[in-house]
Amino acid sequence: MRFTFDERTYEGRPGDTLAAALLRNGVRVVGRSVDLGRPRGVFSAGPEEPNALVRVGADPMLAATTVELYEGLAAWSLRGKGRVDLAEPAGRRCDKGYLHCDVLVVGGGPAGLAAALAAGESGARVILVDDQPVLGGDLLAGRATLDGAPALDWVAGVAHQLAVLPEVRVLTRTTAIGYYDDNYLTAVEKRGSGERLWHLRARRVVLATGAQERSLAFPDNDRPGVMLASAARTYANRYGVRPGARAVVFTCADSGHEAARDLAAAGVEVVAVLDARDGAEITGTTADGEGVLTGVRTRGGGQFAADLLAVAGGWNPVAHLFSQSQGRLRFDEELQAFVPHLSAQAERSAGACRGLYGTAEAIADGYAAGSQAAGLTGFAERASHHIPDSDERPPKPPAPLWVMGDDPATSFADLHRDVTVADLQRASGTGMRSVEHVKRYTTAGTGADQGKTAGAVVVGVMSALLGTAPGQMGTTTFRPPYTPVSFATLAGRDRGALSDPVRTTAMHEAHLARGAVFEDVGQWKRPRYFPLGDEDMDEAVRRECDAARTRVAAMDASTLGKIDIRGADAGEFLDRIYTNMYSTLAVGACRYGLMCKADGMVFDDGTTARLGPEHFLMTTTTGNAAAVLDWLEEWHQTEWPELDVRFTSVTDHWATVAVAGPKAREVVAALAPEAAELAFMRCVETPVAGVDGRVFRISFSGELAYEVNVPWWYGAALWESVLALGAVPYGTETMHVLRAEKGFAIVGQETDGTVTPQDLGMEWIVSRRKPDYVGKRSHARPDTAREGRKRLVGLRPEEFVEEGAQLVAPGGGEMLGHVTSSYTGAVLAMARDVAPGDRLEAVSGGRTVPVTVVEPVFYDPDNTRRDGDPVERVGTVGEWRPESPAGRFAHRFLSASSERVRLRELPFVRMWEVRGRDPGQGLRLGPAWWLVTGDGGREGWTDVSGQRTVLELSGPDAVEVLVTGCPIDLHPAVFPGYAQTLLGKAGVILERTAPDVFRVYVRSSFTGYLAEWLLDALSHPGSGSSPPSR
Amino acid sequence: MMLIDCPHCGPRDENEFTYGGQAGIAYTPDVDDEAWAGYLFMRDNPKGWFHERWFHAHGCRTWFSVHRHTVTHEMRPQP
Ligand SMILES: [Zn+2]
Repeated sequence: MRFTFDERTYEGRPGDTLAAALLRNGVRVVGRSVDLGRPRGVFSAGPEEPNALVRVGADPMLAATTVELYEGLAAWSLRGKGRVDLAEPAGRRCDKGYLHCDVLVVGGGPAGLAAALAAGESGARVILVDDQPVLGGDLLAGRATLDGAPALDWVAGVAHQLAVLPEVRVLTRTTAIGYYDDNYLTAVEKRGSGERLWHLRARRVVLATGAQERSLAFPDNDRPGVMLASAARTYANRYGVRPGARAVVFTCADSGHEAARDLAAAGVEVVAVLDARDGAEITGTTADGEGVLTGVRTRGGGQFAADLLAVAGGWNPVAHLFSQSQGRLRFDEELQAFVPHLSAQAERSAGACRGLYGTAEAIADGYAAGSQAAGLTGFAERASHHIPDSDERPPKPPAPLWVMGDDPATSFADLHRDVTVADLQRASGTGMRSVEHVKRYTTAGTGADQGKTAGAVVVGVMSALLGTAPGQMGTTTFRPPYTPVSFATLAGRDRGALSDPVRTTAMHEAHLARGAVFEDVGQWKRPRYFPLGDEDMDEAVRRECDAARTRVAAMDASTLGKIDIRGADAGEFLDRIYTNMYSTLAVGACRYGLMCKADGMVFDDGTTARLGPEHFLMTTTTGNAAAVLDWLEEWHQTEWPELDVRFTSVTDHWATVAVAGPKAREVVAALAPEAAELAFMRCVETPVAGVDGRVFRISFSGELAYEVNVPWWYGAALWESVLALGAVPYGTETMHVLRAEKGFAIVGQETDGTVTPQDLGMEWIVSRRKPDYVGKRSHARPDTAREGRKRLVGLRPEEFVEEGAQLVAPGGGEMLGHVTSSYTGAVLAMARDVAPGDRLEAVSGGRTVPVTVVEPVFYDPDNTRRDGDPVERVGTVGEWRPESPAGRFAHRFLSASSERVRLRELPFVRMWEVRGRDPGQGLRLGPAWWLVTGDGGREGWTDVSGQRTVLELSGPDAVEVLVTGCPIDLHPAVFPGYAQTLLGKAGVILERTAPDVFRVYVRSSFTGYLAEWLLDALSHPGSGSSPPSR
Repeated sequence: MMLIDCPHCGPRDENEFTYGGQAGIAYTPDVDDEAWAGYLFMRDNPKGWFHERWFHAHGCRTWFSVHRHTVTHEMRPQP
């Protein structure tokens, strides 16, 4: 395998890490340290690496010990910290996955393998994750035998047994990085083209994360050539690489002697094995001109020429995940290390990560942990497992040694952050006693490696400096992620167009075709204006306003929230929610309403119509649709459950076009003759071009205006017909100008959570007759009832003022208010202690504009324009063809489908939401809530045929696609057949109709988003880990 | 990510839910200003067991209350 490092070409072997391949080629200096720029080489053989940090492609800073070599890999050394190169194309494609299991085992070494096997054989659903490409853990690094055969034979045997267990899933190349509440873990799987961030939920967790060797602080202990003894041994045994020609081994524990044996066996000349337990001590090292190690000096004048110093400081159980789970550690005096003590979750540690370093005892502990976990999740524990005989000798306790020599300024405690013993001395000299303070003062432990090799040394040195025991010092807090994770991995598929769901209306494609300029309103895309030719926004808006004021114009109003409200107490309920009266509203009439939060501040507004004695339709602002529905349900369920009232969102069912202007009646007469002569604030359910529709005569512009509603599938046809009848399309910018000219406030523009209806000058909408409504009590609080609050006013500026400009008296002084809406010809503000005629200054960004306070109505204050012109000429309407929400994706669905997984949109089906009494059919979505499919709706059911469409995902890989976005457990034994949940970032109803067939009911406005999301998922499914590639 | 046991849907991830704050705060508008301010603004914030409300917004849309330990996040259904 050819690869380049700093533009030079080298040859590595399959299975090498980049670090192994560099050592294989004799590359000793891999980079320079972050702060001091000292030459550094490979120090470890795993994720704990503090030194060998490199740039690989678009990845700015990776540990070379964790980078799997591939043909053509290109890496560069770093000087200081890695920097993201935005020009570098990041070709990887990342995603997420959600898995559930009875027993999750983290770590594929002897303990983890045994645990997974024991749990798996009992029938439990098991997931085993391991960060290496192959299973075996520490056994890969050594030459131990089990029952007289190479230990890797045992590993292969267990791996084979796991592979045939149907409920066991083994994820290699997968690093568990986070352990959160309720046994929720995250893990990063390296896949060929990118990473997958797994979200794992387990009933029991077995941590078998092993142990990491620690180093010691001594003078010039950072030179290339100084390496952990276990790493030197790993390179010799696992990779067949001699990490040096002449080695000195310094050890505090037995493992140094094992390393010395294995290095010698690999052909390294071991010139000395120095055991701290025999009183040996290193006092310094020497180097050549490159800074690479040439020799080791010892106490008593010893001097050894060597290009490798293998250091075995003892072992630290890898307790990161255990600590993240909120488990408590204790310091084990015999092991001289922190070990898991008290669990906080349904978890236990097994093997070396709890200090059981022998292979046979780790296997025994793993079997016990796996059996126990299976037993605790309801599976039969197998009585006994064969524990193989190991040829290892029982270990002797390590020397409690953390620092040597007499030069603290060159004795590194944290290699990554260049923190020396002298720095730690300074920290203790300032009076710091807590390792948390020392960490922040010195930055020890804050590098990309999170101090994996440094933590124990820092604690050891600090305890020596303070004359206390390491167990008294404690550790710093372990936080996720265990290893660095790129933002691309965290983002997964949620990038670019999929970063947040884009909601679109039935008319969206038509808007695109007309060159609309869009604005985001919540998740919706709404046309802001429709430029013709090379019009800018001002020109387009002027033309659109002119059409609405003098002829007829039309806007896509589908995004307004629509809530179907039914029940005998619906009117009473609305009386309590709105500030004005609804129980007295006549059938066929509409009323504008304001709702407040309990603190009396305006929350939302809209028009609510009475369609029947026990049937209302509420409209909400675009951005508040979901919040208002939540609000209604909260009050109903938690305060007034005795009221007979039911709520159904029909926002996506209805496509809505607002038709405004003196000629609007002609447009409506052609579409829905019955509706043309509606009186102001009346509505009718009537055919629109032969389709079941609703027409409301309401106006947000002061002109004659209607809102015409048809089911989603006919929305595009309605829009085209309205425009064909002569209406000029207008967008939200024109809508804002028209309403501002009439002095209509917009929730979220004039209001900001501190504004009451009275502040808006809308006392007329606040009922004095009703015993109560939400907000009424607060309207009597001293602060809301006082004089001198900011109120809605109009302004006449001498030149353009910006929204947000501050209002002050001429010459300055206290702030009196601010500009809330500013258009040519209409400026609104919230201001206190001002009256029409007052002259003020609007200050913004250092610019001061003189303004005059006026009444906040700039256009037709006497409402003379409301009834428009009579009908002179009625046009004709062409044939309407229905269009399904995913219709335009049919082709792409087909070409993305394969033998393994197919995607299509189901043909149109009628759908009904039923609340209250059980209809005896359909999907039960809530305690008293059903979705019924098919013709034959009954009285009281709400037609939601246009609210959702149904996408069908089928084939053997359908589940593998769904797990990349659906957080619930889809295992056949657990999944109840259907559920309401999330897929990607869209709420869906998921129904399994056959073992391999899933229906995804998705809101029509989310369909474009989910279709693109599914197409992305289908375009690179892949399962299982695969070696990295370019 | 807590696992929250919805009384209708069973255990689901926390992000399917909306938090509803302290439970058992009755709506009583017929009180003096100070008591009303208490209703609007004042909530307990204990270290330990807390009676609180959740709303299964992305599921069955049911409001329910539980006891949760604010240190360990252990949850018990309302007795
Ligand atoms: Zn639920």
